[in-house]
Amino acid sequence: MSSMFSELSLKNLRFTRTKMTKLARREALWGLLFLSPWLIGFILWVLGPMVASLIFSFTDFNLLHREEMQWVGLANYRLLFTDPNARTGVLVSLRFAAIALPIGILQPIVMAALLNDGRLWAKRAFTTLFYLPSIVPMVSAVYIWQGMMNTQTGWINRFLTAINIAGPDWLNARVWIYPSLVIIGLWSVGDMMLYTLATMQGVPTELYEAAKVDGAGRFAQFRHITLPMITPVIFYNLILSSIGIVQYFLVPFVLKGPNGDPGNATWFYGMHLYKEAFAYSKMGYGATLAWMLFLFVLIVTIFLFWSSKYWVFYPAGEE
Amino acid sequence: MANRTQSSRPAYTSSVLRRRVRPALATATFTLFVLMLLTAFLSPFGYMLVTALKDRPMITESGAPILPSKPASFTYEGEEYPVFLVPDENGNLHEWAIIKKRREESTFIDPKNPDAGPIQWKGRWRTLDPSWELSPMWENFSYAWEQLNMLRLLRNTLLIAVVGMIGTVLSCTVVAYGFTRFRIPGKSVLFMILVSTMILPTFVTIVPTYILFERIGWMGTMLPLMVPHFFANAYNVFLLRQYFLTIPREMDEAAMIDGAGPVRTLISVILPQSVPALIAVGIFHFMWAWNDFFGPLLYLSTEIDLQPIAIGIQRFNQQFSARPHMVQASALLGLLLPLTLFFLAQRIFMQGIVFTGVEK
Repeated sequence: MSSMFSELSLKNLRFTRTKMTKLARREALWGLLFLSPWLIGFILWVLGPMVASLIFSFTDFNLLHREEMQWVGLANYRLLFTDPNARTGVLVSLRFAAIALPIGILQPIVMAALLNDGRLWAKRAFTTLFYLPSIVPMVSAVYIWQGMMNTQTGWINRFLTAINIAGPDWLNARVWIYPSLVIIGLWSVGDMMLYTLATMQGVPTELYEAAKVDGAGRFAQFRHITLPMITPVIFYNLILSSIGIVQYFLVPFVLKGPNGDPGNATWFYGMHLYKEAFAYSKMGYGATLAWMLFLFVLIVTIFLFWSSKYWVFYPAGEE
Repeated sequence: MANRTQSSRPAYTSSVLRRRVRPALATATFTLFVLMLLTAFLSPFGYMLVTALKDRPMITESGAPILPSKPASFTYEGEEYPVFLVPDENGNLHEWAIIKKRREESTFIDPKNPDAGPIQWKGRWRTLDPSWELSPMWENFSYAWEQLNMLRLLRNTLLIAVVGMIGTVLSCTVVAYGFTRFRIPGKSVLFMILVSTMILPTFVTIVPTYILFERIGWMGTMLPLMVPHFFANAYNVFLLRQYFLTIPREMDEAAMIDGAGPVRTLISVILPQSVPALIAVGIFHFMWAWNDFFGPLLYLSTEIDLQPIAIGIQRFNQQFSARPHMVQASALLGLLLPLTLFFLAQRIFMQGIVFTGVEK
């Protein structure tokens, strides 16, 4: 088993340059016809917008004063590097990524390992129940956690008080807002947990038996068999989580509103883009922010794909 | 008898101990440990439920129990008196209503037996704990339902979700069929492009898309939330392709030999065998649309009449943020339908998820 992104490998490219027969041409035409919704959609919603975005990024296009659009050259790009709010957006997103990414990678592995453990009784029920929070719509989840984290009436601080710990102001202290966001995020790893669990269940039992014969303990088995076998899922999660973090918006917006409270701590890059492009209608600058985001994501994914050949293990004999 | 067996065959019991009892003990401890984790993980559901059934004093009063309760009272001779937990000389607690309060000695009445007359009790009544009785505020839900205009939110959300669902299922089926069953020059390149669009953040394309919808007059309508779904998406095409690949090709070849064209083959061979995958795609889209916040925020922010539930709940809670019970009641109304749907189609749903993420 491997993850979906194993498709994104150059060795999957096949070029055939044989002359097509009439029948083959017919088949290809039918095929293209079936692909056409996606092909048209790709041009309409991906390629077209990206080109348009690039063009807009060299203008001062504003929806409120659309007649006055002018070419401004690199002014938007210059603004992006001097705009203190954009800087805050980048720093806040990076700071959050530094905390959220490792936890987002580890949590599904730990949960899947618990659910895959031979000592667990009623596995299926546990799996469903651990998955359950992922079904909760994000807006509801944010409000539930907001209540849980209330300093006076929330259960978290009531519990901490009961064991004689003074609970923090989770949502209004600049230091605590990131852990709080991470805690809210604990509820949305269900899919990754299921992928990881399915991959763990697919590991051939002979491997574990052989390891046991060699005297490997539980930890050594996990370290030397389970972990290498799930690296494709870890890789998949790493990429999707990175993309998720660069466009992190809903949770801070619903939880703390559009102003980055407390004290700019939730002024994520996505919030900045939203405000500039859609609250102030500065489409030119918004497009610039979007393109820089795209370049950043591109570099990160290329790096991750490059790094994957050193640590992602694809079992032999699989294409 | 049992004793004798045990003493006469010690080797047998110790091996039973080793083989049966010890693993059972390990299972019990480990399961208990995971159960504790699960309880903590799901405790916010408990918080939501009990808070949604409270009123303000039940939430804020420091001594109030976890469950929605109010101090019990008893009506005696036309007057209402609070009920306390009163210990008698043997230390047994009684639920008695206080009818005359004095510093050192008070008069109580037993609500279970009021005819027995007043009871004198020596002690300071202020040290007594009040008796609580369960009193869930079910009316919170009807109030939240009305204030949210839940019927309108449901109508809008269902409309957006179902139209988008039809679009997604149709377009993704067709595209996945094209990718699995036809030799097309450059297909591998196209497929790689398709998969790589998954990595593309929506923020990257949102600005020109917004301008486009504004230009063609779709702002303030549901169309931007419906129409793009008729053009397939990587995630669901991938899921369906994975599924179609498991259907033996001989079956469509047989249909082709019988004279069925490509469309006919899709409808009569592929689709009937892919029902679970199609349902999974439909549910995924439904859940996604129910959850979608950013799209309606951009395109429907001025159209209160057309807003779906995610936006409705957020607007409601901007007004009611000072009333935690209302916030929780609305959160509960927001998750009821997705949760029900999940339990109804749990297996298809969870298998479908595994199918998209893990390639066999």
